Amino acid sequence: MYRYDQYDQAIVDARVEEFRDQAARRLAGQMTEDQFKPLRLKNGLYLQLHAYMLRIAIPYGTLNSRQLRMLGHIARTYDRGYGHFTTRQNIQYHWIKLQDAPDILAELATVEMHAIQTSGESIRNISADQYAGAAADEICDPRPWAELIRQATTFHPEFSYLPRKFKIALIASPTDRAALRWHDLALRIVRNEAGEEGFEVFAGGGMGRTPFIAYPIRAFCPAEQIFSYIQAVLRVWNSHARRDNIHKQRMKILVHDLGHEEFTRQVEETFAHMLTLGTDFPRAEYERIAAYFTPPPFETGLPEEIDRADPEFALWVDRQTAAHKAPGYAIVNVSLKRVGGIGGDITADQMDIVADLAERYSFDDIRVSHAQNLVLPHVRKQDLHAVWQALDAAGLADVNLDLVTDIIACPGLDYCTLANARSIPIAQKIAQRFADIDRQLELGELKIKISGCINACGHHHAGHIGILGVDRKGTENYQLLLGGSGAEDTSLGKITGPGFDEDGIVDAVEKTTDVYLRERQDGERFLDTYRRIGVEPFKEAIYG
Amino acid sequence: MAEDIIRFRDDEPHEEPAVSLDAFLDQSDATAVRIEAGEDPQQLIPHLARLALIEVDFPRFRDGRGYSSARILREAGYTGELRASGDVLVDQMLFMRRCGFDSFAPDAPIDRAVLDATLARYDYVYQTATDAAVPVWKLRHG
Repeated sequence: MYRYDQYDQAIVDARVEEFRDQAARRLAGQMTEDQFKPLRLKNGLYLQLHAYMLRIAIPYGTLNSRQLRMLGHIARTYDRGYGHFTTRQNIQYHWIKLQDAPDILAELATVEMHAIQTSGESIRNISADQYAGAAADEICDPRPWAELIRQATTFHPEFSYLPRKFKIALIASPTDRAALRWHDLALRIVRNEAGEEGFEVFAGGGMGRTPFIAYPIRAFCPAEQIFSYIQAVLRVWNSHARRDNIHKQRMKILVHDLGHEEFTRQVEETFAHMLTLGTDFPRAEYERIAAYFTPPPFETGLPEEIDRADPEFALWVDRQTAAHKAPGYAIVNVSLKRVGGIGGDITADQMDIVADLAERYSFDDIRVSHAQNLVLPHVRKQDLHAVWQALDAAGLADVNLDLVTDIIACPGLDYCTLANARSIPIAQKIAQRFADIDRQLELGELKIKISGCINACGHHHAGHIGILGVDRKGTENYQLLLGGSGAEDTSLGKITGPGFDEDGIVDAVEKTTDVYLRERQDGERFLDTYRRIGVEPFKEAIYG
Repeated sequence: MAEDIIRFRDDEPHEEPAVSLDAFLDQSDATAVRIEAGEDPQQLIPHLARLALIEVDFPRFRDGRGYSSARILREAGYTGELRASGDVLVDQMLFMRRCGFDSFAPDAPIDRAVLDATLARYDYVYQTATDAAVPVWKLRHG
């Protein structure tokens, strides 16, 4: 993985001192809370219901064991012994004191980590495929470009007071594991007819109260011009976005209001100008970064066979591992979705155990997925049993990847000032209803996503089954959506009808799955059946 | 008034008061203009040679349109005084400098010691902007 040189370290160290100074000036009354707020948000510090939340960047979802142990140390020392991995592959802590924040940032800087631009109206941490560098289907490892873009967009002087947040995602596979087109700017590495690498570009995606799937705005941007292109997109948006209504300031609204043809025309005109300025990073810089991402020294001649004598282990192998590009290796998915737990939460002790396993069995490499699970990307098949046993002992060997209990839920009203309804208890009730593993496997791939308000942090628009919590005359009410997708077949879920109370929504989900089991044809996932038969049979079962 | 303006230029302050963009586009002899957030700085590009002062207003410090306006003007070759006015706060001035502002007329006084520390804090930057700072990729590769 990428390692800081003296320049990266100096920049992050200066940032720690800058924030220490800003926090001191705030505490001394030299600036107002209104003036301080964007500064702390740019350091990931967000005021929630009970305390400050600190969101730490995990660039493109990649960690080493030293970093994960530091995250455990922070959980123990400054929080309540656990952390929460987010849908943008970051980690956040929910019980932080403002006066501790500068020290936490200083500790992070010792392991080449930071909280820069993890909140606020800035270019956020770039997200990427959690299987990068391991996936059997990728055309290249997207992380060198992700790191280049990370540097190019860190402390960008023109684009640090944007109309709203700006999220970038990057993948290099036909399979989309990163909810690509739900981002403001979505980049997919492709090759042109000459075999050169470049970017297919989509713009204007986003969830929230006005969901849009990003439009394709360029089929091929030469790889070395991507920074000019990103700056062109940002300049058009920064110059022309509305600034009068916070709900209308995301780039998706501008793309929609102008029309994507006109938006694209303005971007192209600005891009032509940007190319004349010489701001793109040279090939040599890409190559310097890429050298950090050379594949680990995979052994050859390893056995492919896995001893499946233990049925529990075989079940885990079948569900939680994925094809690796190197023979004899597998990608291991570590579930953070224990039934009855809080999705994405992990204790400090569990972090240490995953760090140990990564060091011993996965070339010191750990990934975070947008579905809030962890990944050990490079495990020898002959080591799978040992890894499984260690995970099992730590309460991390649940079998539910992409199954009905692998639910994405936002923190909701239990933590968040914006929420209208609780999310976590709904996720827990659904998981308990479907806890039986045979039933989960029978239902197959089924992605449930739950948000506690229309800001959609729980990705409800992109759930095969989505749930949106709203406030209805002072009581929590849950709307059901069907047919969304955050994968390569991206689609927007549709609301079925009137909402339900807390128990009613769990029943509605169950009735929905009953229709699927009744109607499905050979090999169909829930989503396939829904798309074939439409919403009516589901509505009949739910409301009939 | 003039003593409240923080300048990073060696020439004498321009005496003529800035006129609005509409007024400037209507009268051929003005040499100082003020653009409000949301006004298109590209309208000034045909007239840059005769401008000595362009003032860019920040109605709220979180309104970042002025950063793009500054760069658009500098990238078009403007070398005169470029002044950020309005809700200009010390913690935003480093990025304003990097975008080409060399003069500041803040609504509230700026603590000069804090400003000096803020502008000197970062030894390195990641990207080329409209100032003389050399990006780290250039330092890495000579």
